[in-house]
Amino acid sequence: MNTIRLLKDKIVRNSSALLLFLSLSVVVFMGLGLVYKSWPLLESESLFRLLTEKIWSPMKGYFGFLPFIAGTLAVTTVALIIAVPLCILTAVYLTEYASKGLRNSILPLINVLAALPPVLYGVWGVLFVVPMIKEYIAPIFGVETSGYSVLAAGIVLAVMIFPIMISIIVEVLQTIPDELKAASLSLGATKWETIQHIILAKAKPGIIAATVLAISRAFGETIAVLMVCGNIPKIPTSIFDAGYPIPALIANNFGEMMSIPLYESALMFSALLLFAIIFLFNFIARIILNRLENKYNG
Amino acid sequence: MASVKVRLWKERIAKGFMLLSGFLVTGSLFFIVGTILYKGLPYLSWEMVSQLPKGGFYIGKEGGILNAILGSLYLASAATILATIIGIPISIFLTVYLKQGSFLSRLSKLIYDILYGIPSIVYGAIGFSIMVYFGIRASLLGGIITITLLTIPIVVRTVDELLKTVPADLRHVTQSLGATRWEVAKVLLLFIKPGVFTAILLAFGRAIGDVAGVLLTSGFSDNLPKYIDEPAATLPLAIFFQLSSPIPEVQGRAYASALVLTIIILIIVLCTQYLAAKQKKHKM
Amino acid sequence: MHAVSSSKTEKAQDVNTQVQSHIVIRDLNVHIEGKHILKNINLDIPNHSVTSIIGPSGCGKTTLLKTLNRLLEDVSDVSISGSVLVNGEDIYAPDAEVTHLRKKMGLLSQKPFPLPMSIFDNIAYGPKIHGIKNKKKLQEIVETQLRNVGLWEEVKDRLDASATRLSIGQQQRLCLARGLAVEPEIILGDESTSALDPISTQTIENLLISLKDAYTIVLVTHILRQARRVSDYIIFVYNGEILEFGKTEDVLLRPKHEITRQYVKGFIS
Repeated sequence: MNTIRLLKDKIVRNSSALLLFLSLSVVVFMGLGLVYKSWPLLESESLFRLLTEKIWSPMKGYFGFLPFIAGTLAVTTVALIIAVPLCILTAVYLTEYASKGLRNSILPLINVLAALPPVLYGVWGVLFVVPMIKEYIAPIFGVETSGYSVLAAGIVLAVMIFPIMISIIVEVLQTIPDELKAASLSLGATKWETIQHIILAKAKPGIIAATVLAISRAFGETIAVLMVCGNIPKIPTSIFDAGYPIPALIANNFGEMMSIPLYESALMFSALLLFAIIFLFNFIARIILNRLENKYNG
Repeated sequence: MASVKVRLWKERIAKGFMLLSGFLVTGSLFFIVGTILYKGLPYLSWEMVSQLPKGGFYIGKEGGILNAILGSLYLASAATILATIIGIPISIFLTVYLKQGSFLSRLSKLIYDILYGIPSIVYGAIGFSIMVYFGIRASLLGGIITITLLTIPIVVRTVDELLKTVPADLRHVTQSLGATRWEVAKVLLLFIKPGVFTAILLAFGRAIGDVAGVLLTSGFSDNLPKYIDEPAATLPLAIFFQLSSPIPEVQGRAYASALVLTIIILIIVLCTQYLAAKQKKHKM
Repeated sequence: MHAVSSSKTEKAQDVNTQVQSHIVIRDLNVHIEGKHILKNINLDIPNHSVTSIIGPSGCGKTTLLKTLNRLLEDVSDVSISGSVLVNGEDIYAPDAEVTHLRKKMGLLSQKPFPLPMSIFDNIAYGPKIHGIKNKKKLQEIVETQLRNVGLWEEVKDRLDASATRLSIGQQQRLCLARGLAVEPEIILGDESTSALDPISTQTIENLLISLKDAYTIVLVTHILRQARRVSDYIIFVYNGEILEFGKTEDVLLRPKHEITRQYVKGFIS
């Protein structure tokens, strides 16, 4: 009896260890596979030129990624400018001011926001954000635009990163000990002064980590952005211009026109770029968050 | 130092801004769901959800979205089941078999956190390359493989978080009864059972909503896949492909698909909230 | 310092000559994350009696208890040297089989942790995993053990109810019964009454006293009065070392060491 139990234990141990090993090797496999696939392009052009060249014309053999990098950065920046202040203020309100009842009814709603699939954000973007920009916002600035623009993509992305930022910041704020707040309040500071000087200062690493995670989410978001950003491979000069972020490039062209030399390799290279940037950003954010967690738990 | 009056005004203004942000953030949810309801409700009918599209892809005016509904359910269920079968043993191995805080367990958890953040388009590109390599065409199978890879990190991370909440003493008393690690693991799973269902539902939600991963791998078809190696439609793909159609009826199918997808997601969220409450009670 | 250790070993030998020990600890050293938590522990724990481990918090008393059961090794960065002999068998020997030796020692934790199953299954769990499948036999075990801890009359009509519905005092008794059901020889208690109300505490204490004829009981407690009430022997641990070990009255009323004297002073005054 005992030997059977121990045997079972061992079987579970070994098979689950194997699963762990296999699934972890997915990362390695992804990285290597992407490098392997993008190698032909990297051999024909220098990395620096690929990243700084402006012209994208696969038919003629020009593979300049700058428009896509610029598109990604533009869209992400707009999203952050909208989302970061809103998320910090909301998170502070929820943890410091809101009653328990209100907090417990708002946080689940934010979870719903997190659960909505990207394509639904895209639908909202196409049906609501794009026309709104075309009809109301652009005319204020005297600009004519189709609405499919960096701004539209930025707004949609901002809403998409609300949940991840708010939930992390709320968690970080909740780890700040009450004694610290009490100390500041008892010195005669108002609640807002306490928040400004004590709470936000303490929560800074957490807020930075949340922002980094949000950036990597924004970099990788494909469908919702693709649906509203206009997809023109030119460097955008205003937020009302169309943009063309990297993920959209992959999604729009993958599996098609594979007969053009180096085209597949170029698309794989853009996937590699995404993979590398997001790997790095996630790594940094997780290290910060794990540090924070350990600090407060032990 | 500013007078008390000024300082209190500052407080009031700050609070006003906070309320405004909270309102905008929460409001965005109602905005999105509202837009989809407004557009989708007129098209939602029994015919819409019970029929296949007719008259040809992208141009056919007749029929409904049954292909996308069933395709999504097939794909998401298969991927979720696979991810659960693979993911739960991994979390158990990480928490029960490895020593707490050991290098391997910390490294693995970090990698799963990162994998969780890798965008699905990258999974899709990888999945597509694998399929090309093995000569599999864009099909239900291809989609399932990609989405399984995508959802494993979700299952591992969520179950791992849950296992963390189990008091060490529960493990110790179980071990004190002479239980092997596997038997301890079974008790722990029993303890976090509602939470495990939450993890599975979360994975299912992510699986059914993903587009970028299946865009390259599962193809699209107006028909139901008879075999696993045939292309299949999913709701998000149906939305994505048909939303920009110039034909209003085809667009309507996209709106209806969006509404059905929203309803499925809302049901999933409601279930997870219910289970989360149950897990809390479970722990006393 | 020298005087301390000699008096300690003297006492240990003294005890050893009186009864044959179930648990013998020799030269036990424990490091956790580089810190020396237990230092040169030598101990013979007397059979069929209650031995309490007392000492200021953080002194290593819980660690000492957990080394007896090999529960420390789930945490990384722990190094253990020396030996712990249970019935003459070194549990830290490389070929020792953990599940088998843990079965010999029931653990009663700080808070009750009923398994997430029915009252009946909580008690039947241990016997089941050790191979008892016979329903009748299981029912017998459950009834005997519930009677043992005085819970039978209270729960006999709702054995299928979830164990979490019981009051916390009942839960702790259930956990004791669960531990007893795997027929251990030793019961380890880790501040087992710290979550309980005074009446439940008293019930558990009386139970432990009544069980000592059949079991060797080792308790960690920070309540001196409890140590006084239930134990025959007291181990005073300070800073990872055993400062004093002897009969309860000796340690509490006539401590040999100045630190012990100060620690128990509160109790006497």
